[in-house]
Amino acid sequence: MKVLMSGNEAIARGAYEWGIRFGVGYPGTPSTEILEEFSKYDGVYAEWAPNEKVALEVGIGAAVAGARALVTMKHVGVNVAADPLFTVSYTGTNGALVIITADDPSLHSSQNEQDNRNYAKFAKIPMLEPADSQEAKEFIKIAFALSEKFDTPVFLRTTTRVSHSKSVVIIEDPLPAEDKTEIRITPSKYVMVPAMARLRRLEVEKRTQALREYAETFGENRMEINSTEVGVITAGMPYNYTKDVFPEFSYLKLGMVHPLPEKLIREFAAKVKKLYVIEELDPFIEEQIRAMGVEVAGKDVFPFTNEFDPGVIETALKGKTPTTVKLPEVAIPPRPPNLCPGSPHRGLFHVLGKLKTFVAGDIGCYTLSFMKPLEGMHSCICMGASVGMAHGMSKALKEKGKGKVVGVIGDGTFLHSGITPLLNMAYNQGEAVIVICDNRTTAMTGMQEHPATGYTLQGAKAKELDIFALAKVLGIDSVRIIDPYDIKNTRDVMREELARPGSSVVISRRSCVLFKRHQTEIRKPLRVDVNKCVGCRNCIGLGCPPIAWRKFADMPADQVIKNAKKQEGNSFIDADLCTGCTICQQVCKVGAIVEVE
Amino acid sequence: MSKKSSIEKINPAEVRSVLMAGVGGQGILRASDILCLVMMKSGMDVKKSEVHGMAQRGGCVTSHVRYGSKVYSPIERKGNVDILLAFEKLESLRYLDYLKPDSRIIINELELYPPAVNLGDMTYPGQAIDLVKESFKTVKVVKAHEIARKAGNIRAENTALLGVLSQWLDLEITMWEKIIREVFPKKVIDANLKAFHLGRAA
Repeated sequence: MKVLMSGNEAIARGAYEWGIRFGVGYPGTPSTEILEEFSKYDGVYAEWAPNEKVALEVGIGAAVAGARALVTMKHVGVNVAADPLFTVSYTGTNGALVIITADDPSLHSSQNEQDNRNYAKFAKIPMLEPADSQEAKEFIKIAFALSEKFDTPVFLRTTTRVSHSKSVVIIEDPLPAEDKTEIRITPSKYVMVPAMARLRRLEVEKRTQALREYAETFGENRMEINSTEVGVITAGMPYNYTKDVFPEFSYLKLGMVHPLPEKLIREFAAKVKKLYVIEELDPFIEEQIRAMGVEVAGKDVFPFTNEFDPGVIETALKGKTPTTVKLPEVAIPPRPPNLCPGSPHRGLFHVLGKLKTFVAGDIGCYTLSFMKPLEGMHSCICMGASVGMAHGMSKALKEKGKGKVVGVIGDGTFLHSGITPLLNMAYNQGEAVIVICDNRTTAMTGMQEHPATGYTLQGAKAKELDIFALAKVLGIDSVRIIDPYDIKNTRDVMREELARPGSSVVISRRSCVLFKRHQTEIRKPLRVDVNKCVGCRNCIGLGCPPIAWRKFADMPADQVIKNAKKQEGNSFIDADLCTGCTICQQVCKVGAIVEVE
Repeated sequence: MSKKSSIEKINPAEVRSVLMAGVGGQGILRASDILCLVMMKSGMDVKKSEVHGMAQRGGCVTSHVRYGSKVYSPIERKGNVDILLAFEKLESLRYLDYLKPDSRIIINELELYPPAVNLGDMTYPGQAIDLVKESFKTVKVVKAHEIARKAGNIRAENTALLGVLSQWLDLEITMWEKIIREVFPKKVIDANLKAFHLGRAA
């Protein structure tokens, strides 16, 4: 049967069809939907781990027990999981282990653009790369088969465009799932002390050699010979882009990007006059082909950053095609992502922005508060960095940093990698104030469960971590809970904690406004009473989408109501968008914001 | 029937494309899903692409849909889109470089102010439709919000716009109806069917 599927849905389906029944991962765009979809199939066990390192270790455990395990994460998640990754490459498993790395060329939703094909070479793990949803479904099966055949973990790499594009997929009946799990004790394979790891290291070389030979005849490393003028070596989505613009070229489409099939590449190169490697991000394939002594063009012609599209490839090879459309000369206001109307982060960052502190931030919706007008965050490096950075800054600044350094981290991110740095801060007598924005879910990636939500990925009731008690037990001197919808209390508590000697944690607790589980009160939307508004723009400073500023100059004369001498305009609230959180009402000094009757 | 003359016969050998553009929360991803399913069930190859995640938080959202007998790329190159379906007025201006001189455009006459306009730093280009009409011959302007309200569900703006789009595509009306019935929850099917038909007549 033909269905329309995203790459992520197709990976989940392929794993299910192949009889895979164990999945674990950590949410992160563009990988999140793989495990969410997989978890819905019959007979499947799937769980969110608190971070990617734990996810991989859980996957390794399952695979050592003989299961065939699927582990999912985004590209930067592999950094977190890198420690077990490099050594499971030595041990292999008793079942099978496939790790999805979902890369994000163009940084649509990431802090960097790292090319995780490098991990395959670095960790000596084979990597497959599909170009569309049908291939995604097939390649996940091949990945599991290779993992069993060669006793190796296998990477399946997608990019945002493969993960999130939808295309036609033919679905098949699932194979029966066989349970081959058992306890097998083989220390020489799994106890990686130096003496035994040295021996496994040799096995890794033998395996890579065997995989190199396999790659030469692997069916998904395929040649399409058309014109002999130009040949293109490519993999994944860039294959589609190039085929679209240059159907007449010859192609060597690589389904496996590590290890590379040297003989096949030489054979293909000999068939064409001009050879290109077309790959996004790093010259990963190109450099290896150059090292073979084969003449090839690549990053001298194509961009080294951002994702490609058919236009990028056309422009690189044909030169810029002039725009044939007359474009209107008008300033188009940008429309960046923004904190939602009613987001609890808005109240917190309104307060933080006014406290004149350095705010070491983290990864989540609240990262958006770095933008105008809140401008309430001053760094964002990676998951969990806020806590360690705030501590490091306050230690380095000494007296100059007293009451001036705040770390802000979301609940999900705190559980991902904020606990250890918080322990460190307590242990080393840090003085920073750490704010945990607890919106009761993993909001940015779409409401995934975590250890403090009280539910598992598959919907079972779980133990709900008490973040307050955890901070206390780690040794934090003062732990407070605030409601970021209460501006005065938020400001008071932050001031007190910044003035207090010793370590502090402030839990800013209010559910994500889009998260239905905790939305029990019905709030009335607000409006601006133009007979009271003095045009001070305090509410505008919140950057809340329903609140707009209108200049008197742009309004019909009969609508202009001036309540202050130098007033130049009024605020307005779009009641359809307003959630009635009342933060603007609290910052209005003249009581001009009232409930819609 | 002047409408019939604007229906384009689909030649599957030629890959064609629709670009949907609007603001997060307007139902663009659902709309492009529906279009793709209608194309697929009508026997064509189809691919679509958009970006999820951070971009959805009130930012611009686009969805590329490409169809034909064999489609490789899920995204269209600049200067090659056949139809632009703009869910919001200002968003109709943002992607004009993706169009060709004879591209056709549908604009939903709705203004959603971006942050720079709300802050008073920039002006909303209220004359967007006139500007688009200066460069393109076929520009259809509708008020999908009103159509959706008339159909009994203000969320059905996206199906209303699909109805408008369907005027220009050679696809069986029964296929559209079938897919709409399949993708929506039971209680909103009727309103969405109504919105689709009102859009098709607009």
